[in-house]
Parts: sequence; structure tokens; C-alpha cells
Amino acid sequence: MYDSDKIIPGLIIFVGLMTFPIWSSIGKAEPKPEPKIDTPAINQMVKKQCVEDTHFMKTSHMQMINDWRDKVLRDGERYYTNSRGEKVMMSLQNTCMKCHSNKDKFCDTCHTYTDVKPYCWDCHIQPKGIKQ
Amino acid sequence: MKNEKNERREFLKIAGLTTLLGLGGGAFDFLKPGQLDASSGHAEDSHDSHGGHGKEDKSKVRWAMTIDMRKVDGKVAQKAIEACHSFHNVPDMGNPKDEIKWLWTDSYHHAFTDAANEYIDDFLMNAPFLLLCNHCDSPPCVKVCPTKATYKRPDGIVAMDYHRCIGCRFCMAGCPYGSRSFNWREPREGLNGKTLNIEYPTRMRGVVEKCNFCAELVDKGQLPKCVTAVPDVLAFGNLNDPDSAVRQILRKRASIKRKPELGTKPSVFYLV
Repeated sequence: MYDSDKIIPGLIIFVGLMTFPIWSSIGKAEPKPEPKIDTPAINQMVKKQCVEDTHFMKTSHMQMINDWRDKVLRDGERYYTNSRGEKVMMSLQNTCMKCHSNKDKFCDTCHTYTDVKPYCWDCHIQPKGIKQ
Repeated sequence: MKNEKNERREFLKIAGLTTLLGLGGGAFDFLKPGQLDASSGHAEDSHDSHGGHGKEDKSKVRWAMTIDMRKVDGKVAQKAIEACHSFHNVPDMGNPKDEIKWLWTDSYHHAFTDAANEYIDDFLMNAPFLLLCNHCDSPPCVKVCPTKATYKRPDGIVAMDYHRCIGCRFCMAGCPYGSRSFNWREPREGLNGKTLNIEYPTRMRGVVEKCNFCAELVDKGQLPKCVTAVPDVLAFGNLNDPDSAVRQILRKRASIKRKPELGTKPSVFYLV
């Protein structure tokens, strides 16, 4: 091979640079997000539970909120009966955020980790008021 | 030569018979009168499934409002507007071009452009007519909306789903009452320094907004904010219920509606 003394080191440097993102992040995993639930409203609850069980809320809160929106706006149904038979008002601002008043330490932790950018807060007012 | 002639004759016979069969089998069914109308899928548009104007049925709700113009002056109007706009976080943009209005006032001549009678009494001529979405029984805005962001609820309220609005403004062109406002600018700019109602959202730039007859309160059995602000001037109730507040008032007083000739059937009645 002609110029192997230039090509082979060149290739090694090239592969090294291309795989930089892989080997540079080995052993430096982003810590798992830990949404906090220590808000005044939740601390007052005797049994700390959301409208549905935690696993369902973790996996399906987005579908649930979508369904709530359609039921409230299209059908004029304002109340949701959960699996425990309790009636809850279907409202992001008046139900979800009344308990989870710590949006930055609850919603945002996972949403930032997974790079999800829901546009709820373009219109809905977060507990701390409008972000400017 | 002879053979060829026979083939043509046979072909024409078959063609003729098939045409007759086709007409008898298919075409006559298609041309049956009334068949097309019934099957064209407009059943959801008819008012039979829910309350519409002119139905005497208490179980089918059709919300409507009356405005007693003999009791409206600038102060009363301002009180109602303030109650509505502060509750719904309606921004004040500070200039007429970017204005957002759910409830507003205008003169008789501007509100009733079709008015056949130009010589009404001085009081009405100078009164500030309280204007809002008419929650039409046949709303043109709903017909033109390409995304179903605006729609008529079964109880007659013409509502908006701001999540679906793409800001095309067809509805603003469709509405003959100017009841819709477009958010040219970020509405939160117009709410700076104001006390927000944190139980109701704001809107975002690029959506059309309007009065929603306080659907969020009506669903909970409460009266709209403007009605509770000036209860002796405004009344709200079920048009299909002969004993409702609005029907009782409408039986006693003469009322007019805006641009009735357009056939939109407004649900806001002005008592004159």
C-alpha cells in the first residue's frame, strides 16, 4: 500500500473522532429523573394517591389528559369517575396542578430527561403564574 | 361478409339488452326521489338529536340570552365587560387593530346594519348595545372551520377548541357579527400587570377567540359571568323550556335579533 504510514494513522484518528460521542459518555449516564411530590397539597393527604394509580399515571397521563380535553370541550362533561369510583373535575389547572404545584420539580424533570416539549403552558397558566 | 354482418347484429342486440337491464336494475334506484337527500349523511346537522330553536322540549337544552336595552348604559355595559374579560383572561392590547373582544358595545346602526327602521327612539339610537357571540342555531363559523376547532355543542353553545385552531380565520370571515378576534400578538403581552384568573387558561398567538357563553360555568349549573354581574339587565336560560327565565321575558317584551335575514338564528335577544 502506498503511503500506508499516513493512511493508517489517519484512519485511526478518523475512527477515534467519529466514535467520540460513544466513548466519551461511557460511565456517565444521566441520573434517572426523580419527580418530587412534596407539595403542600400532597403532604396534607392522608393517603397519597393520584386520580388513578401511579403506574397508570406514569404511562398514560398524556392520553388521559387528551381524553379529558375532548370530553370537557366537546361533550361538556366536566367530571371524571376514576377506578376507585371517585368523581374528579377534569381540569389541568384546577385538578392536576392544584396538587402538583411544583411543575419544575414534577412535570419538567421527566419531560426534560426524555426531551418532550408539551405546549400546555402556552395557554394554561402554571401554578407560579405566567412565565415571561 | 355475411358472417361479419351477423356479428354486428348480435353485438347490437346484446348492447341494447344490457342497457335496458342497467336502467332497470341500477339507474331507476338512483333516481328515486328523496333517496339521495336521506342518504347523504347530513343527519348530524339536523336539530332532531338535540335542542334547536323553536322546539318545546325541556329535556333538550338550548341556551339563550336576553339583553334588556332599556336598562343598559355605559356603566352597566362596562361592569358586564369587566366581569367577562377578567374571568376569561381576555387581554387588553391597547389598540383597536389587535383588540380582543368577547363582550363589547357598539351603536344601534353598527349592530343592526339591516335595520329597516332608521327612525327609532332616541334612547335606543344612542344606547350602547352589548354585543357578543350570538351562539347561532345555524352558525356559519362552524360550517367554514376546516379543523372543527369551532363547533356547536348539543346545548347550542358555539364553542372553541383552541388546541385545534390553526388560525386560518375562515370563521372570522364567516361570522356576520364580528364576534371573533384573532390573536395577532402574544395575548399574554396584553395581560401584563393584570390579575389573572388562575382557574381559566389564556390563549396563544395565532388562534381566534370569542365568547363561550361561559360553558365552563354553565356545565356546573352556574350562570354566565356577565349575567351574574348585571342580573337585572341580562337573563340566561333554556329556550326550549317555556317556563325558563328567557322565555318568560320574551313572552312579555318585544325583542329583536341581529341580522335575522341571514338565517343564522341568533340566540341573543335584545329587548327594546
